[in-house]
Amino acid sequence: MRYILAILRTALLNLKHDKGAMIMSFILPVAFFSIFALIFGRSDREGTAKIPVIAVDEDRSESSQRFLKALQAETSLDVRLAPEKADGEKSAPTLYRAATAEEAVRGGKVSVALIIPQGFGAAPMSFTGGSGKRLTVLADKSDPIAPQMLNGMLQKTMMTAMPEDMIQSGGAAMDKFAGGLTPQQKTMMSQGLAALHARQNAASNAAGGSASTDSSANGSGGAFAGGLVQVDTKDLLGEKKTSPMIAFYAAGVGVMFMLFTASGAGGTLLDEQDSGTLDRVLSSKVTMTTLLLGKLTYLVMLGLTQMIVMFVWGALVFHLDLWTHLPGFFIMAICTALATSSYGLILATACHTRAQLASFSTLITLIISAVGGSMFPRFLMPAEMQKWSLVFFNSWALDGFRNVFWRELPLSQLWPQVGALLGFALLFLVIARQLARRWESA
Amino acid sequence: MVGSRSVSTQWVVEAVGLRKLYGSLVALDGVSLQLREGEILGLLGPNGAGKTTLVRSLVGRVKPDAGELKLFGVEAGEREQQRLGWVPQELAIYPKLTARDNLSAFGRYQGLQGAALEAAIARGLQWASLQDRAGDIAGTFSGGMKRRLNLAAGVIHQPRVVLMDEPTVGVDPQSRDHIFTMIEALRTEGVSIIYTTHYLEEAERFCDRIAVIDHGKVIAEGTKDELVRRYLGAMTRITITCGEDVPAQIAERLGASASVSGNLLQVTAVDPAHDVGNLLTMLRDAGVGVRDLALKAPSLEDVFLHLTGRGLRE
Repeated sequence: MRYILAILRTALLNLKHDKGAMIMSFILPVAFFSIFALIFGRSDREGTAKIPVIAVDEDRSESSQRFLKALQAETSLDVRLAPEKADGEKSAPTLYRAATAEEAVRGGKVSVALIIPQGFGAAPMSFTGGSGKRLTVLADKSDPIAPQMLNGMLQKTMMTAMPEDMIQSGGAAMDKFAGGLTPQQKTMMSQGLAALHARQNAASNAAGGSASTDSSANGSGGAFAGGLVQVDTKDLLGEKKTSPMIAFYAAGVGVMFMLFTASGAGGTLLDEQDSGTLDRVLSSKVTMTTLLLGKLTYLVMLGLTQMIVMFVWGALVFHLDLWTHLPGFFIMAICTALATSSYGLILATACHTRAQLASFSTLITLIISAVGGSMFPRFLMPAEMQKWSLVFFNSWALDGFRNVFWRELPLSQLWPQVGALLGFALLFLVIARQLARRWESA
Repeated sequence: MVGSRSVSTQWVVEAVGLRKLYGSLVALDGVSLQLREGEILGLLGPNGAGKTTLVRSLVGRVKPDAGELKLFGVEAGEREQQRLGWVPQELAIYPKLTARDNLSAFGRYQGLQGAALEAAIARGLQWASLQDRAGDIAGTFSGGMKRRLNLAAGVIHQPRVVLMDEPTVGVDPQSRDHIFTMIEALRTEGVSIIYTTHYLEEAERFCDRIAVIDHGKVIAEGTKDELVRRYLGAMTRITITCGEDVPAQIAERLGASASVSGNLLQVTAVDPAHDVGNLLTMLRDAGVGVRDLALKAPSLEDVFLHLTGRGLRE
C-alpha cells in the first residue's frame, strides 16, 4: 500500500510542476464545456438561436397577412420582410420580392426565404394534398436545419393561428369525400366558424396580436403526413452538387489541421533555441526578420500542401468539385495558410518551451476551431455568437471556402474574407516579430 | 605550447572593460583581453566564471552593458562579428539533416553559394573526416562525430578568427585526439582562436597564452611559464607516501608549507634537493618508514587552484 501511495505522491508532484498537463486536464475540458453550453445549451432562452427567415407576401390577402403575423410572433424565427435599414436612412426600406429574397439566400445573408404565392388566401391549406396553394421555401441546404425548422413552424402556425381556415378546408374535404353535408350540418358549421372567428379576433386583440406564444412546439407537419400547408422547398445552391457538404467538411477539417500543423511546425524555433542552432543562425548573416520570414514561407508551403492533399482526396474519393473551383480554392488556401502560419509563429515566439507550446497550442487551437466553425457550422450558434466568432480568423477562412465551393461566388466577391485573412496574417506576423526580440542579442 | 609559429603583433580582438549584468548577477565585471593574429588564447575559468558570456559577447549574441570591443582593428559591428567563426558548447547542428546538408545550411546562412559553397562543404567534410558519412543523418552520429560536425559548421565560411567554447566536452579520448588534429590544422593555417576549455592539458597543448577568468574578471593572463613563475615561483611539490600515518609533531614542525593526510605528506619547496634530504631525515628520526617519494614541478592546475581557490571543473 505504501508503495502505491509513494507512486501517487510522485505523480501528484509531477502534475503540480507540469503546467501544461494541468491546463490539458482541467482548463481545456472546462473551456470546451463552456463553448458547447453556450452554443447548444441556450436554445430555450429568449432571443437566442433564432433562425432568420426572409418572407415575401405576394398574396397580400387577409389570410396571408394573418399567417405572416403569426410567423413573426414565433420566438424561434426572425422573420424579415425587408432589409435592415442602414444608419441614417430615412425612407422605409423596400419589401423583399421573390428575386431579392433569392439573391439574399444565394449571397448567404439567410439560409431560408419563404414565398407566399398569390392565391394563398383562397386556399391556404389542404387536407387532401391537392387543392391548397403551395408555399415556396428557398433554401441554402448547407444549413440543413433552417429549412426543416421553417417547414415545421409553417405547419404549426397554420394549425394554431388559422383554425378557421383549417375547419373550412376540413369541411370541404369532408363534403367532397363523405358524400356531402346536410343543409343543417352546413348551417351549424357556418355558425361555429363565425363564433370561432369572433373569439379569435377577441383573443388576438387581447394578446396584442400575438397568435402564438408556444415557442417550444415543434413543427407538426408529421401528423399530417405531407403537412397541412403544401411547401415546395427549392435548394438554390446544392441542387446540382453531387456531394454538397463535402467541401464544407474538407475546409473545416483542413483549416483545423492547418492550425495544428502551423503551431507544431512553428515549434522548430523552440527546438533550435534548445539545440543552439538558433544562436548559430543568428550569429550568421541571417537576421531575426529573415529567419521569421523563412519560417513563414515554410509554414505556408506546408499548410498549402496539406490543403491541396485534403481537397484532391475529396475530389478523387468523395466527388468534391475541386477542378472547376481551382482559382477560388488557391486564393482561399493561400490566404488561409498565411494566416494560420503567422498564428503558428505567434505561438512559437510566445512560448518558452516545447511543452508549453504543446499545451497552449492545443488549448487555443481547439477553442478557436470550435468557435470558428471547424467542428460544427456556425449557423448552429446563437446570432450574437456568430457575430463575435468573426474575431477568430478561421471563421473567415471557412466562410471563404464556403463562398467558393457552395455559393460559387465570383472571385471578386471573396475580398472580405481575403482582406480579413491577410489582415490577420500581417497583424500576427508583427506581433510574432515583437515577441521574437527576446531571441536577439540579450 | 608551440613556439615555432609566428604570431603577429596585430590585435584581431580587443575587448576593454566589458560589463554585463543579468538583474543583480554580474556576468562580466569589466573583462579586458586581446587576441593577436595567428594566436591561440586559452580561456580558463570555473563554471559560472563568465567564459561563455564573454564568448557570446564577442560574437554578438550578448550585448554588453558597458565596455569597448574592436574586431580586426575596428569597432565591432554586425559585419565584423559575422566574420568570426563560432563553435558553441551546445551541439548546434540539425540532427535530422545529413552532415552534408548541415554544412550546406550553415554555409548558405554565411552567404556562400554555388561553387564556393560546394568547395566549403567538401573542405568541411574532409577537415572533420566525415566524407564517408556525408549522406548520413547527423542525429545517428556518435558524440565525437557530432562534435566534429559542430566544429566544421562553425568554420564553414573560413573565418580568420574562431571562438571555440568547450569543443571537446563529453567526447571519448579517441575523438578528442581527432578534434586536436582538426585544431592543429587550423593553427597551421594561421587562424586565431579563443579556446575555452575545462581541460588544462588542452590549454597547455594548444594555447600560446592563457587568460584565467573568475567572477566575471580576467584575473591572470600570460603564457603558462609566465603564470607559473608569477604566481608560484620556482616551487616544487614534494609528495611522500609513508608506511604509517605521519606523526602530528612532524606536521607541526613543517608548518603551513606542508599538508598531511593520513600517511601522505606534501610539501612545497623552493630548493627540492635540500628539502628532500631534510624531510627524509626527519621521518627516519621519528621512526616512520617511506614507501614512495615524488617531485612535481608547478603546473597550470596549481596556478588555477592558487588563483581561484577552486578546481577547474567545480
